[in-house]
Amino acid sequence: MPIIEVEELSREFQVMEPAGRFRRRKKTVHAVRGIDFIVEPGEAVGYIGANGAGKSTTIKMLTGVLVPSSGRVSVCGFNPVPQRKALARKIGVVFGQRSQLWWDLPLQDSYPILGAMHRMPEADWKPRFQELAGQMDLGEFLTTPVRQLSLGQRMRGEVAAALLHRPELIILDEPTIGLDMISKEKLRQFLDAERRENGTTLLLTTHDMSDIQRLCQRVLVVDDGAIAYDGPLTGLADVAGAVRTMVVDLAAPVHSADLLSLPDGAVHQGIEAEGIRHSVSFDPRKLSAATVLAAISSTAEVADLSLHEPDIEHLVRQLYGSARL
Amino acid sequence: MRAYWELAKSSFRRHSTYRTAAVAGAFTNSVFGLIRASLLLSAITTAGGAIGGYSAMEAATYVWLGQALLAPLGLFGTAELANRVKSGDIAVDLSRSVNLTASYWAQDLGRAAFDVLPRGLPPLIVGALVTGLSMPGSPGPYVLGFVSILAAVSLNFLGFFAINLLSFWVLEIRGFWMLYMVVMNLLSGFLVPVTWFPGWLLDLARATPFPSMLQTPVDILAGRTDGGESLAMVGIQLLWLAVLLIIVQMMVRFGSRRLVVQGG
Repeated sequence: MPIIEVEELSREFQVMEPAGRFRRRKKTVHAVRGIDFIVEPGEAVGYIGANGAGKSTTIKMLTGVLVPSSGRVSVCGFNPVPQRKALARKIGVVFGQRSQLWWDLPLQDSYPILGAMHRMPEADWKPRFQELAGQMDLGEFLTTPVRQLSLGQRMRGEVAAALLHRPELIILDEPTIGLDMISKEKLRQFLDAERRENGTTLLLTTHDMSDIQRLCQRVLVVDDGAIAYDGPLTGLADVAGAVRTMVVDLAAPVHSADLLSLPDGAVHQGIEAEGIRHSVSFDPRKLSAATVLAAISSTAEVADLSLHEPDIEHLVRQLYGSARL
Repeated sequence: MRAYWELAKSSFRRHSTYRTAAVAGAFTNSVFGLIRASLLLSAITTAGGAIGGYSAMEAATYVWLGQALLAPLGLFGTAELANRVKSGDIAVDLSRSVNLTASYWAQDLGRAAFDVLPRGLPPLIVGALVTGLSMPGSPGPYVLGFVSILAAVSLNFLGFFAINLLSFWVLEIRGFWMLYMVVMNLLSGFLVPVTWFPGWLLDLARATPFPSMLQTPVDILAGRTDGGESLAMVGIQLLWLAVLLIIVQMMVRFGSRRLVVQGG
């Protein structure tokens, strides 16, 4: 049985917009329009799209905090809104920009409350808490009040809180937002291990392409409230024609693109800083960054370089741009 | 049930971390007690020794008990829920596997339990030193008074919670809040005892839950009512508790259907 089933799901909002000096007019905004998808137990699904595409609205309907305008949702066999409390014992939710911990208490004080809320006896939640605290390195700040934690520390605490009751499904709404590289990587490693060991189903929204690459085998792209793409990540790159960009700073200026040797398939994008900085784009499925660098190094000495991954907004734009043609 | 017990305990601990605030609050309650007591006492002296069955000492006791119970009973309320609706954090509350009303109620009881000593004792001590207090000598009023305080804490909680829940329908509840505060301050007997009201206002007050929120526990604790009367008044409190609970549950039920959680 699928763990998430969504059929013809829609949500509209009524907003007031000014019409003339004093009058206001009701306007209907379609945040989600008739989406369908199914998630099987154990899957890891990335739910991506630009700001305002309808991601968070969908998540709210999945967790039962927002009533759909029409359509059907089933999560873990429950109808989320009327069975919200029962559903909350089966799923874990992390809202990247909100906290489910008690702000003015030491971090460790939040877990007995959560254990009690999930009706777990102490013999059950305590070992699980110790396991999570160990895996997430919570030890050094367990006695610090939540309000004094850094964002990275708090986020690890949040994920531990969402996983305390061993949920079948964990929904993460932008879990890595604002985290530094090391914190992001730690969180990804942990989520990946959690899924492998316990078969937890993962649904996450993010703006970070690396989150998706590291964690998800399947992506759902939502654009303007509708599903634009549903399939593996590699397929998305095929559809959208993802390109990486390498920016190199040379030791000595090279004023013409022709003077720089590039492998086949790499495209010179431009010169900046009077011949010092060059950017080169290439298709990561055909060329490796090392090949491109080696070719450039054969003609000019490279002082510094950086690599830019295709971002999700860009992919979605590409995808939609090409689908509309 | 364990979850609500844990929530109450955690709320007690949360409030115990703000000790400076508790001291400042107790100081304010005591100073305002002095002002209120001197106003009432001068009125009673002018009136010739008693007003509406209150002697000078009894009126002073009424003031000091009111000042001591002000914080524990939660007479100024909290807009926490409305603020969480505004910020969208209500999504977190609704994603928990507990009843929304019961979880906030438990936390308010925890808060009240903390407030009893640091906020309640100082005004009583100041009162006992400055004007003297007329307190009953038998244990009965204190036992019933405790029950009545519990009921009054819950009534105040539910009253303010209902106002907070209006935020499920309207964006800004400040107007409703002000109106509620004005009506509640008057009809609960916070400004002057409700028995001093003219007949029509007294009848109006008694048709509302407000006297049950402050006047009732103060009267019972001060021993102004005998055992039977006190029991009946606690009964009325419990009746209002049932009524407000039904109203609040209906509001949660219908409100959460139309609630739009703000923010991404």
